[in-house]
Amino acid sequence: MTERNTGIKPDDKIDQEIGEAEQEILTPWKLVRRKFLKRKPSVVALIILAFIILVVALAPIISPYDPNELDMTNTKQPPSKEHILGTDELGRDNFSRVLYGGRVALQVGIFAVIIQVIVGSIIGGIAGYYGGWIDNILMRITEVFMSFPFLPLVITISAVVGVSIPAEHKMYLVMVILGLLSWPGLARMVRGQILSLREQEFVLAAKALGIKNSRIIVRHLIPNTVGYIVVNATLGVASAILQESALSFLGLGVAPPVPTWGNLIQYARDIYNLQHRPWLWIPPGLCIFATVMCINLIGDGLRDAIDPKS
Amino acid sequence: MSEVILEINNLKKYFPITKGLMKKEVGEVKAVDGVSLFIKEGETLGIVGESGCGKSTLGRTLLRLYEPTEGDVIFRGVDVLNASTDEMKKLRREMQIVFQDPYSSLNPRMTISRIVGESLIEHGLFKKGKGLEDYVVEVMEKCGLARYHMNRYPHEFSGGQRQRVGVARALALNPSFIVADEPVSALDVSIQSQIINLFNDLQRDLNISFMFISHDLSVVRYISHRVGVMYLGSIVELAEKNALFDNPQHPYTQALLTAIPEPDPRNKRERIILEGDIPSPSNPPSGCKFHTRCRYAQDICSERVPEFRDLGGEHFVACHFAK
Repeated sequence: MTERNTGIKPDDKIDQEIGEAEQEILTPWKLVRRKFLKRKPSVVALIILAFIILVVALAPIISPYDPNELDMTNTKQPPSKEHILGTDELGRDNFSRVLYGGRVALQVGIFAVIIQVIVGSIIGGIAGYYGGWIDNILMRITEVFMSFPFLPLVITISAVVGVSIPAEHKMYLVMVILGLLSWPGLARMVRGQILSLREQEFVLAAKALGIKNSRIIVRHLIPNTVGYIVVNATLGVASAILQESALSFLGLGVAPPVPTWGNLIQYARDIYNLQHRPWLWIPPGLCIFATVMCINLIGDGLRDAIDPKS
Repeated sequence: MSEVILEINNLKKYFPITKGLMKKEVGEVKAVDGVSLFIKEGETLGIVGESGCGKSTLGRTLLRLYEPTEGDVIFRGVDVLNASTDEMKKLRREMQIVFQDPYSSLNPRMTISRIVGESLIEHGLFKKGKGLEDYVVEVMEKCGLARYHMNRYPHEFSGGQRQRVGVARALALNPSFIVADEPVSALDVSIQSQIINLFNDLQRDLNISFMFISHDLSVVRYISHRVGVMYLGSIVELAEKNALFDNPQHPYTQALLTAIPEPDPRNKRERIILEGDIPSPSNPPSGCKFHTRCRYAQDICSERVPEFRDLGGEHFVACHFAK
């Protein structure tokens, strides 16, 4: 069979030699990784973020004090050997509070995005695949959600619902609020992706082969949108952290005594602290800045790496 | 020749044109408008026509990738258009399609062996494992691909190789009929000949029938046994290859054939230039659809639809004046 002229030309023979010499197979994800690693700023950002996450995750081991332990004899201390970042007006160790605050901030960011991705891709996927009136209804709902002014709405919900929730559980409320209000962008993107994928010939080919609808969605459509969802989710974590900080700064997000980068800055808000105790507000501020910056750089790098046209 | 395996009677596919929020139907595009033809076992039927004349829609509708508006498709005695889901699944093994664009017709996130083997698992012909792998390699080798290609992804292949993957995918189920929907239009000329020879070899070895859709007349002449010419959703002439190319009866076919590029510049011949554009398929002309551009048109042409009749020797023409 192979002896006959099935159109194998010398070109293919050369290719065959190359093919056998080079064993490595480039999967789409390997390609993405390779392209990502070429982007220096993103790689540096990834290293810094990994460090931040590590330190924050190991907070119980690293931090010298319990973040909520009051020590009335040592209030308002400047940085010293015992308290690297000083203490606040209740004598709590500021360094420990920054570490624990990071845990809360990152948790809120990640869980808010998980909610956002689940809701967004289900709604976007259904709207895109089924189209027609289902699409119409879901997209109108999405637009309603998008047209709410975000911050005033979050503040209102948090103020109304927040009073009936104990302070230590307020972070979960913040996660849910942020997650349930930020999915529309993702839903629209997933819908757009599925809409265009649905028209691709490989979906038609799968139909011609007699592949079931459910398998077409799971095997053919979803794997082709995962890249975009990952990029969106990464950037979503950054904005969720910022929003959480903003809410906590306004006193409507995570409530004391639970520390978070946002409410640590809020503590240090008066003129005296701003002028004379920069160690109270600069570290959490820098942490927010560094984390968000790193996540955004990683997101940009991922987007470029996943984009097949680059 | 041998027995007829596929028969199409008066097949129609109209796409609705909708407008506004409520998707009110304001008209329809008559992409395929009453096509009747048959294909015999081991035969290649070429379908030619301008872009937008409904060639691809015809191929996709008869495989029920689009739900037809009206008509019959009979494949080996089975009514394709009214087949149940189970019957349809069996038919899928017999009737396959190769697409035009080798880039969008392969899923970029699947390896070649999964692309070729997916249908075998779906139809329960193979379980995952060594048997499947060997069979997939066998099919790939038939199509001029090698074993080491199987774990690669489509982006690692050239256009011609991708098209071979597309052929291998269709071939995996061992079909007896394949719709080749402009399989070479996206390839450069030297690769075109490889793929066309591949089709010829497969037909000789496996006795597969093809419906070969193309707008390239010389390719169609080379590969087909019989040729059908489409204009605005209808077949205007259908005949044995040489009868059609040497003795075209329909004025549209005559004009189309003079458009084949002539390699010898000294060999001057008359070109029939058609006036105007193709009419819109959402509002086709009355009577004979071609009468707006036909140089022989008379009153009868705009009043009565010409019958698609046999002039003898299976030379079918839809023209009032053909003899």
